[in-house]
Amino acid sequence: MTSVLPAETATSSAPAKVRAGSRRAKRRRTVFYFMAPATLGFLIFFGYPLIATIYYSFTRYDLINPPQWIGFDNYVRMFTSEPLVKTAAYNTLWLVIILTICRVLFSLGVASVISRLKSGVGLVRTLCYLPALAPPAAATLAFVFVFNPQFGPVNRFLHLVGIDGGLWFNSPVMSKPSLTLLALWGSGELMIIILAALLDVPAEQYEAAELDGAGPVRRFWHVTLPSISPVLLFGVVNSMIYALQFFTQAIVAASASAGTADVAGNSKLIGAPENSTLTYPIWLYVQGFRYFNMGYAAAMAVLLFIVSAAFTWVLVRQLRKSQHQEEGA
Amino acid sequence: MTTISAPATKPAPVPPRVQFRRRWDRRLGFIATHAIGIALGVIFVLPLLFVFLTAVMKSDQAMTSSLWPTEWHFENFVEVFRKAPLLEYFGNSLLYSALATIGALVSAIPAAYGLAKLKWRGQNLFFMLTVAAMMLPPQVTVVPLYDLWVRMGLTGTLVPLIVPYFFFDAFSIFLLRQFFLTIPKDYLEAAKIDGCNEFRAMTRVLLPMARPGIAATAMFCFLFTWNDYFGPLLYTGENQDNWPLSLAIASFRGMHHVEWNLTMAATALIMAPVIVLFVFAQKSFVKGITFTGVKG
Repeated sequence: MTSVLPAETATSSAPAKVRAGSRRAKRRRTVFYFMAPATLGFLIFFGYPLIATIYYSFTRYDLINPPQWIGFDNYVRMFTSEPLVKTAAYNTLWLVIILTICRVLFSLGVASVISRLKSGVGLVRTLCYLPALAPPAAATLAFVFVFNPQFGPVNRFLHLVGIDGGLWFNSPVMSKPSLTLLALWGSGELMIIILAALLDVPAEQYEAAELDGAGPVRRFWHVTLPSISPVLLFGVVNSMIYALQFFTQAIVAASASAGTADVAGNSKLIGAPENSTLTYPIWLYVQGFRYFNMGYAAAMAVLLFIVSAAFTWVLVRQLRKSQHQEEGA
Repeated sequence: MTTISAPATKPAPVPPRVQFRRRWDRRLGFIATHAIGIALGVIFVLPLLFVFLTAVMKSDQAMTSSLWPTEWHFENFVEVFRKAPLLEYFGNSLLYSALATIGALVSAIPAAYGLAKLKWRGQNLFFMLTVAAMMLPPQVTVVPLYDLWVRMGLTGTLVPLIVPYFFFDAFSIFLLRQFFLTIPKDYLEAAKIDGCNEFRAMTRVLLPMARPGIAATAMFCFLFTWNDYFGPLLYTGENQDNWPLSLAIASFRGMHHVEWNLTMAATALIMAPVIVLFVFAQKSFVKGITFTGVKG
């Protein structure tokens, strides 16, 4: 770009100006052709439904009869008279907090072990990443089997070392921790992102810190952490959003551990045991697409939007900051 | 052969006792980290191994707590296909994933090019909106979208799952943009000076250079759609003929709820394509993932 422009501004005669104008129009057309399909798609499949969701949240709508304006009734019902939405919100909040903390710390731990390996890095990295690729529905079935209280391998191993294994997915107390374990098993993606960041920390900084007499703990605290903190923040926000939309694993685990799995989901099995795995997105799905309370589901979606938008905003801001730093450098 | 001279500043001499201790610390550290590394690798793979081992057991052995099959029944993998129309589900999955991946590439390549290589007002806003669309849970927009597809009479088919990819797939746009940014602008400038327009510059110069990035994006899109459960549950849930594997596998146990061995055989079969894909294309996968981090 810069190589062309100066020559043109040098000859600032009238025809050149016209040409520059038509060039700008041509440029604008080029941008239009490149961006039009994506913009159209964005508006139809993202912009419109986002706004329409807000409208529907003020209506009663069952897909058959036209939406009927009821003001804030859906929200009032959500916050006062419907107990299961609170259970669902509590379960999701539990996952957002506990799962996020565990996922980030666990990924950081595994990544820092892998980053220290002198040989076999590729192999170990592959093995740790493999479960993250498995389809969540299949991975959940595998996990429910492995953690089966009666004949699952985990409890059998625990029995060998003299520990009574838990009920895992079959107990309302253990079901969410079990889901968390399942999520940790599949968190290979975050591990690889953190691993890449760890390997990017300049070796000279470690050497300098070592010469200054810093031990491994101090080196981790003063050298490693500051330089990977943007990636850790990404991990936190990413995990929170992951937990916020926790759906497949919870719905499959509930029905698989309860004995029968039914895809369109036997309503009685959803959230089993005792609604302990009923997450917010699952209840939204049940309200909207099983009970056809579309307006109520939309109100739940609005709340989900507000919370996840807040998380996303943090990430986007961080992204912008790191971009500015790059441009400035 | 020329010898390389030693560094100018010699480090201060370290007493032999300290040297000895340090060497042992290093060795212990080496052994400890490698032991933990191996243990981690084993722990991560064990559940997959148990799936496989159970898949080849006799059905009554699968109901006991034994870990190792006494007899190896590899025909269980065939039996699964007799019990459920897995091939049809496989076909549906393939149709969904392949078409969605093609669609995502067709729509995301120009958009990512526009974001990475053109300059225009509103560019930053568009990029931020793309990131937002990528991050927001699908449940946020699902009510009006479902309504839309019901009115078009297309629920029960795979159309609502595939068509959006031909217009806008936030993750593909984001990932491709990250890859395109790494390709120096000079090549495109040279092509344009030689008389190429933007479109030719993209197809003839940038795309061949960005081939690994495009491959990685395609694989992620394929993986995501192959693994997708929520979308198919929503749109094809009523119509079993159009179920992809992910839905079928979850209901498989419902149909044969005592036969853990067959359930695990089916589970292994649905995981297999993904694992094969990964083994063959590990490098681009890893590169793609690190690009999704905040670095770009």
